[in-house]
Amino acid sequence: MEFFGLDCRFDRLDAPLPIFGARVHAAQWSALALAVAEARGRLVSLWGSDERATGDGFAVSAAYATADGLLWAKLGLDAAKPAYPDISRFFPAAIRMQRAARDLVGIEAEDAADDRPWLRHGAWPADYFPLRIGNTGQEHFEPQADAYPFVLVDGDGVHEIAVGPVHAGTIEPGHFRFSVVGEKVLRLEERLGYKHKGIERRFMGMDTDEGARLAGRVSGDSTVAYAWAYAMATESLAGVKAPQRAAWLRALLLERERVANHLGDLGALGNDAAFGFALAQFSRLREDWLRLNRECFGHRLLMDCVRPGGVARDLDADACVKLRRQVTAIAREVAELKDIYDEHAGLQDRLVTTGRVTPELAQRLGLTGLAGRASGQTADLRADFPWPPYDGLAVTACTHRNGDVAARVAMRFEECFASLRMIDALVAGLPGGAVHEPVLVVRDGVGAGWIEGWRGEVFVALETNAQGRIARCHCHDPSWQNWPVLEHAIIGNIVPDFPLINKSFNLSYSGQDL
Amino acid sequence: MWHILKYIARRGRVTEPPPEPLEGAHRAAHAIHADLLAILGRALAIRHVDAGSCNGCDLEINALNNPYYNIEGLGIRFVASPRHADMLLVTGPVSRHMEVALRRTYDATPAPKLVVAVGDCGCSGGIFGESYASCGGVANVIPVDVTVPGCPPPPAEILAGILAAVQARPPIGAGEAASADFEPGFN
Repeated sequence: MEFFGLDCRFDRLDAPLPIFGARVHAAQWSALALAVAEARGRLVSLWGSDERATGDGFAVSAAYATADGLLWAKLGLDAAKPAYPDISRFFPAAIRMQRAARDLVGIEAEDAADDRPWLRHGAWPADYFPLRIGNTGQEHFEPQADAYPFVLVDGDGVHEIAVGPVHAGTIEPGHFRFSVVGEKVLRLEERLGYKHKGIERRFMGMDTDEGARLAGRVSGDSTVAYAWAYAMATESLAGVKAPQRAAWLRALLLERERVANHLGDLGALGNDAAFGFALAQFSRLREDWLRLNRECFGHRLLMDCVRPGGVARDLDADACVKLRRQVTAIAREVAELKDIYDEHAGLQDRLVTTGRVTPELAQRLGLTGLAGRASGQTADLRADFPWPPYDGLAVTACTHRNGDVAARVAMRFEECFASLRMIDALVAGLPGGAVHEPVLVVRDGVGAGWIEGWRGEVFVALETNAQGRIARCHCHDPSWQNWPVLEHAIIGNIVPDFPLINKSFNLSYSGQDL
Repeated sequence: MWHILKYIARRGRVTEPPPEPLEGAHRAAHAIHADLLAILGRALAIRHVDAGSCNGCDLEINALNNPYYNIEGLGIRFVASPRHADMLLVTGPVSRHMEVALRRTYDATPAPKLVVAVGDCGCSGGIFGESYASCGGVANVIPVDVTVPGCPPPPAEILAGILAAVQARPPIGAGEAASADFEPGFN
């Protein structure tokens, strides 16, 4: 297939969502970026790989979401001087991804404005690239001096507040540098990468079943989304289709993960606005939810429930009754709590107009997922490309246009109700049959998976080597797109509102640090 | 307000008895209270440090604050600074980028101090292991008193690990004469 009138043939991968792949040359690489940007498409991910083992030098890949599906374009790069045209001119979200690709593979975006390291701090030297063939990933270096040049804000009365990496609450590590006047934030600069633990290197050489366990631990709160995207990648690579019952159970697990996270966030958001009642009640509902997860699926957070070829265990009739009963009970409680939220003037005062991202800004910066939908970006894979079983569930994306904390709270309530309705429909109409289909090992294969997780779209690109083991597996978290937008959301707000705004996005550190 | 009070009254109390730190039957909350007072002489203050986890363990630690486990009701609370803490609860393999931050957090915690490593990764590095980017388990970076395996361990097991670490420590007064003997174990 050809897209945007470009003279290059995209082949459709054997996945339930429309995913197309092509090798492009440098001129097509830039032309495609421009064409997608003009058509208001999105950059999903950008990553590099070392393909010298097959004699192809290095490569850079970009995945774009368009109205026709996902386009994965791969550009081969010279082995001696691997460089490619910068695409951050069209997609600001590419900046950090390009910096990360340089840190891990040693490929450069030509004329990129920001050439500071991103995932590399002081743990390894600038001339070591962990994903290059020839490096084992087991090398150990003496820690280097780590002097990161933050952007300095100057002016009368401006001072800096440095926060992290160890934060004051039970949250993940990262560094925030606020430039403030009094209480008002002029600028926030994030520095992430503290949790970089070499996941992409770890994938290399694993067999595809082992990889599933690792993919499910890229970001623990989105384990189902990752496990499903990874499973979809292995299945598209092997040309295998998961049985119908397995697809329904996967959707059931994904929606249960969405509800679990929304319940947790709704409580935490109330708490960050000094409404402790909300935390107590929502965390109670979340605990009820997780306990039934354990009873029905064997794991509170649903880790390792989705595996290549299907799901790890079946659901019996008794469990189905319990799941449906719980959906009714939780829906009633959440509706009652929503009334309390809506009527609480003091709470609404903290939420409305706080941390605002306008739809125009969201579009320009590529805000995605739940936060994007709260700012008028309508993309939701379940509605845009309904793959089984979503094709029978009539999913419509919930959206708001205010883009403030209140809108992101409202999104969570609405998505919670929508997911509860879907869970009930999925359990009620669960088809019979097997829940697993063997997935054969395929040598030199390419596969991809694309899933709408609770935070946004999770993407996995998978390639196997001549032995059928993993040559490269890239996992992409929507947090890559949304972290830079948080820097804009806080501008003009007061420092004490940062925890509230940050929580309303609830982005993954682990998912982007890899 | 009336709506909120009505909601609270209808749900009642859901708090469950805490788990036994080692083996045996459940004990009442007041017994744990009494233990904490005998051993520490005050409430137990915990500082959580995520040194590189996938965030699964952190979710389960957060769950300890829910009304079922009601950890504050036992006299245990999470504090915002290591300088206020008796115990560090560390999750994740220690990424090399967090190595210095974890050491500094440990150094900032006043002695005698306890360290509980939570999760398979905290115990041994787990699926991430040791590499150019990961130091592996927490014990490779700071001394660890108790490990709680699991991926992630459920909240009750984390709580049992916390209680086991406290009980392994001699009661206040007992160590005064022999402080030089037992101190190395907690440094």
